[in-house]
Amino acid sequence: MTDAVEIRNAVKRYGNVTALHGVSLTIRDNEFFTLLGPSGCGKTTLLRMIAGFEDVTEGEIRLFGQNIANLEPNHRPVNTVFQHYALFPHMSVIDNVAFGLKMQKVAQDARRKRAAEMLEMVHLSAFADRLPAQLSGGQQQRVALARALAPSPKVLLLDEPLSALDLKLRQAMRVELKQLQEDTGITFIFVTHDQEEALTMSDRIAVMSAGHVQQIGTAQEIYEAPVNRFVADFIGETNLLPVEVLSVRDGRAEVTLPGGHRLQVAAAGQGIGKHHLSIRPERMALTEAGDLQAVVDRVVYLGTDRQVIARLEDGTPLHLRLQNSDRVAVPAPGKRVGLAVEAGAARLLAD
Amino acid sequence: MALRNVRHYPGFLAMTVACLVILYAPLLVVMAYSFNDSTSITNWGGVSLRWYTDVFTGPEAPRFKAAAWNSLTIAVIAATSATAIATAAALAMLRAGGFKGRSLTYALINLPLMVPEIVIAVASLIFFSMVGLTPGYLTILIAHITFCIPFAYLPIAARLQGIDGSFEQAARDLYASRAQSFFLILLPLMMPGVVSGYLLAFIISLDDFIITNFVKGAGMETLPTAIYGSVKQGIKPNIMAISTLMLGVSILFVTLSYLINRKGQKSL
Repeated sequence: MTDAVEIRNAVKRYGNVTALHGVSLTIRDNEFFTLLGPSGCGKTTLLRMIAGFEDVTEGEIRLFGQNIANLEPNHRPVNTVFQHYALFPHMSVIDNVAFGLKMQKVAQDARRKRAAEMLEMVHLSAFADRLPAQLSGGQQQRVALARALAPSPKVLLLDEPLSALDLKLRQAMRVELKQLQEDTGITFIFVTHDQEEALTMSDRIAVMSAGHVQQIGTAQEIYEAPVNRFVADFIGETNLLPVEVLSVRDGRAEVTLPGGHRLQVAAAGQGIGKHHLSIRPERMALTEAGDLQAVVDRVVYLGTDRQVIARLEDGTPLHLRLQNSDRVAVPAPGKRVGLAVEAGAARLLAD
Repeated sequence: MALRNVRHYPGFLAMTVACLVILYAPLLVVMAYSFNDSTSITNWGGVSLRWYTDVFTGPEAPRFKAAAWNSLTIAVIAATSATAIATAAALAMLRAGGFKGRSLTYALINLPLMVPEIVIAVASLIFFSMVGLTPGYLTILIAHITFCIPFAYLPIAARLQGIDGSFEQAARDLYASRAQSFFLILLPLMMPGVVSGYLLAFIISLDDFIITNFVKGAGMETLPTAIYGSVKQGIKPNIMAISTLMLGVSILFVTLSYLINRKGQKSL
């Protein structure tokens, strides 16, 4: 099957500033694909290049095999949900939704019918004749979705569409968006800086930073097997411990932890020498002996779990999470504890 | 100390009254005396509309009618041309990205606001005679279009600046051509600024005296130059009536311009 979007060595330069350094990635048909990264990482630039709002300085963008890098936005079979929706303020909701079809010269009856169906899909049939300004933020968001989906685009681009909504609505919309993607079978490319959003909805995620793609993978892959310090640090919480790799054999590395204890971890091409090890706070347990020795500084109650802030003997700070349960003992501040690292939970990182 | 309302500052009332009197008393006098029944411009002889009748049917009526027709057609053509040019200029300045010479262009568009009118008047006159244009209707029209551009430009550019670029992008994204995106989306959103700019240009053209007087040539009159010519032969009460009529038209247009602009502000 042909891939929905294939980006080959896309470079974007604004004068002397390079926003994208040769990005290559492939987005499959019918995939919910997320571009995740902090602001300024190039994710929105990449999305706008796919939409046609930005020129491609170098490289190729293929949509179902066709190079679209030089096509005007109105000749690309993709539609966008804008961050602030960009609903046309002088048109009614139904006219907004029907706009794309009108531009495609769909007959009036057919486009009214299709627009009405789209409004029904986003539960806004009752608001068809209102102006966008008369709707709430969440409703405007749905109109924007209906408008972008009405012309049945091959790919739907979403530019941080949830960022302007409040938390409850955002959480509800995540589920709806994912459902919508599955129902319509349209490839979604979703841009966000919110890692939780990315983890909950995406089939695959491309983590971006400073104009480079750092890692592409499923939510589980990028969370549990981050390839470098940036990804480990950006996705969720983690502990980055300085370690020394003593030997590498058959994809396994033997490392010395701070405090001298040795541990066998998976190696991903790292050589002998100093590296960083990522250990998620929830993947460690308190024990008597353990792989690491630490002193508890503080315990913070978070509801579902407790955050334990501790220090290793050499002063390296360390966080861990203990499930809020009667079966888990809570250490007192100042107490010396041993920490057992779950097998397979420690990742050796490229810098 | 709590901030006091400006109304309670010492001398506020006196200053306000002084300003209002200096600004508006002459206008009020002209408006009031335009309804005077007397032929004297200083003695009150009771209320009457005789000078309004005189404007339309009196001995000077044909002259005023011709002048009014010139003023009106020049104002319509000048405002229309200036608005079209100013709209194009605003699009180039605000939607075309940072091109070379952008600041210079901005300065050139707005220069007529800064240059003393008499200088433009003299320069225009010299220019027209150098290129061999006989002073007349056409020279007035060209001069009016020129100095109306910055007045039309300001409200149009201010409006365009407030319109997020994502509306046009959304239109392009939804398969609209450049032209469709402009005519179906951007122009309707710009309309309050465009109308406001048009009305402002219209009224500036209608009211202009100095430049018009220099470039009009013999025998060609607009309303302001006709009034001036009439006043030179002595002030008659019909001048007050015609001034009041012009004031009414001005106030109407400025108010319309303001209201349309304000309504537009709310809709974005």
